[in-house]
Amino acid sequence: MSCKTPPARGPLRYTLVLTVLAAALAAAMIAGLALGQVRIPAGQVVEIVTGQADPSPFRTIVLDVRMPRVLLGAIVGAGLAVVGTVLQALVRNPLADPYLLGISSGASAGVVLVIVFGIGSGLGLATTVTMPAGAFAGSLLALVLVYTLARRGGQMTGTRLVLAGVAVAYILSALTSLVMVTSAKREHFQEAMYWTLGGLGSARWDMLLLPAVVLAAGTCLLVALARPLDLMLVGEEGATVLGLDTSRFRAGVFVLTSLVTGVLVSVSGAIGFIGLLVPHAARMLVGASHRTLLPVVALAGAAFLVLADLGARVIAEPQDIPVGILTALIGGPFFLWLLRRRPEGTPA
Amino acid sequence: MSHLRTEGLSYGIDGRHLVDSVDIEARPGETVGLVGPNGSGKTTLLRCVYGTLAPTHGRALLDGEDLHAMGAKKRAQRLATVPQDGQAVFELTVREVVAMGRSPHKKFWEADTAADQMHVREALDRVGIGALADRAFPSLSGGERQRALVARALVQEPALVVLDEPTNHLDIRYQLEVLSLVRDLGTTNLLALHDLNLAAYYCDRLYVLDTGRIVADGTPEEVLTPDLLKRVYGVNAEVSVHPTTGAPTVVYLPPSP
Repeated sequence: MSCKTPPARGPLRYTLVLTVLAAALAAAMIAGLALGQVRIPAGQVVEIVTGQADPSPFRTIVLDVRMPRVLLGAIVGAGLAVVGTVLQALVRNPLADPYLLGISSGASAGVVLVIVFGIGSGLGLATTVTMPAGAFAGSLLALVLVYTLARRGGQMTGTRLVLAGVAVAYILSALTSLVMVTSAKREHFQEAMYWTLGGLGSARWDMLLLPAVVLAAGTCLLVALARPLDLMLVGEEGATVLGLDTSRFRAGVFVLTSLVTGVLVSVSGAIGFIGLLVPHAARMLVGASHRTLLPVVALAGAAFLVLADLGARVIAEPQDIPVGILTALIGGPFFLWLLRRRPEGTPA
Repeated sequence: MSHLRTEGLSYGIDGRHLVDSVDIEARPGETVGLVGPNGSGKTTLLRCVYGTLAPTHGRALLDGEDLHAMGAKKRAQRLATVPQDGQAVFELTVREVVAMGRSPHKKFWEADTAADQMHVREALDRVGIGALADRAFPSLSGGERQRALVARALVQEPALVVLDEPTNHLDIRYQLEVLSLVRDLGTTNLLALHDLNLAAYYCDRLYVLDTGRIVADGTPEEVLTPDLLKRVYGVNAEVSVHPTTGAPTVVYLPPSP
């Protein structure tokens, strides 16, 4: 842990950070609506969105094609960043992230099993009910598995946690690919990559409601739980003697984070490293206390994924590459930097 | 002020007793010291008292109520402690760490009120680190960190304070400061201490723990005898009453050839 004093924090500074991030998110979203194979001037985008434009030839592109994708990016980015922050507090480890801990892969595996076995598709419930439910079950299972493996024999070290997470993530991604690739249906073959690498290409208006509701409710609940989340930062024993029933709290928040991750993965696949990168950057800005940290994390995560997805769309035009590839390219080196920064043997 | 009592308290793993049928007592307002060689079971006994270990036999009672059955939150409203792993992973400020002491008195969703913040400021001033309130907790020196944790115990408004080697790794000046602070809290205090002279000066009564059992108890004068030091610690020592402090003073003698 570095020992430099963080910059002075006050309500004014905090408001400034929130304002700047909100502006950045707005700018990223406008850019996301304006750029692509068809470039639309930003002014016109704003007019279309606010309904001031005369019937415009770009209306459909902006409102029906790009808008759902940009909104989904914001929702998924915010959610993954919030989940990463909370996981880092729960396991008291700065290397935690829903992707690295295998939770996203568990969710992918859950979704894929639902698709391949057609659970609920006969009733027309696949996208709205059974896929998110499968993802939730998969993510919860993966999280419990990783946590149990990492904790065996008492103390949980950072190395053990990350190794267990990466191993479980690999096994589950391999399983996902295997199930998809060997499936009788041809289109499943292509989908394998989408679920293991993550992407926002399939965004439609009708799939936004559930993730939006789960994100809003989950984030509000977690902000309300800011006090016990802070307590987790001083360790299991420290939190207990300050009055927190740590095992019950951890179990409850594990379920909540699995639910949020599961629902997000069921619409975007397993996008990695946002939950690792964004919380650290946000802590440098506003400190580690969750009541102030979580809103900043949500805004920053949203802006980050909207931008990354824009990159994924335009970087290899007309190819639309899975955004998970981009986030991994940015997040992977950051992860290595975090590993190096931490002296060997510290539990954190 | 509260009354702490243990009844035949034992803790064991794999059939090995780390703490064996211990009966100790801290009466309201007393500062009671727990001394003994390394590995004698001091920390285990304290953990059974502050509730992070469940005794395998016996009970720890606070004003007649079983501390372990009480539940973490109710226990934390009445008992404060400074555990040894009390370091934050991320950079919380000193103020944030100290404010955590208000948690047992709050609903989990409640934010700190102006009164809570006042409590925190007063406690920081009382332990003499008011100027460090906005510093990152991990950036403090060992002594400052220890004092911040005592401040946290203060804002917890406990009736009983349990401390495990609160002076570990501190310079002598801070050792004296921290122990004076604790004794002046006006609470019932139970502390494990390494340094017998500090224990003799700051504690009303002492318990000597050896391989999990209480082998002596009483006032420092009664307990700290050359005979006991030879028996429990295996050292030769002279004990005299110090003319200034009036407390027994132990001088260790090199092993006789």
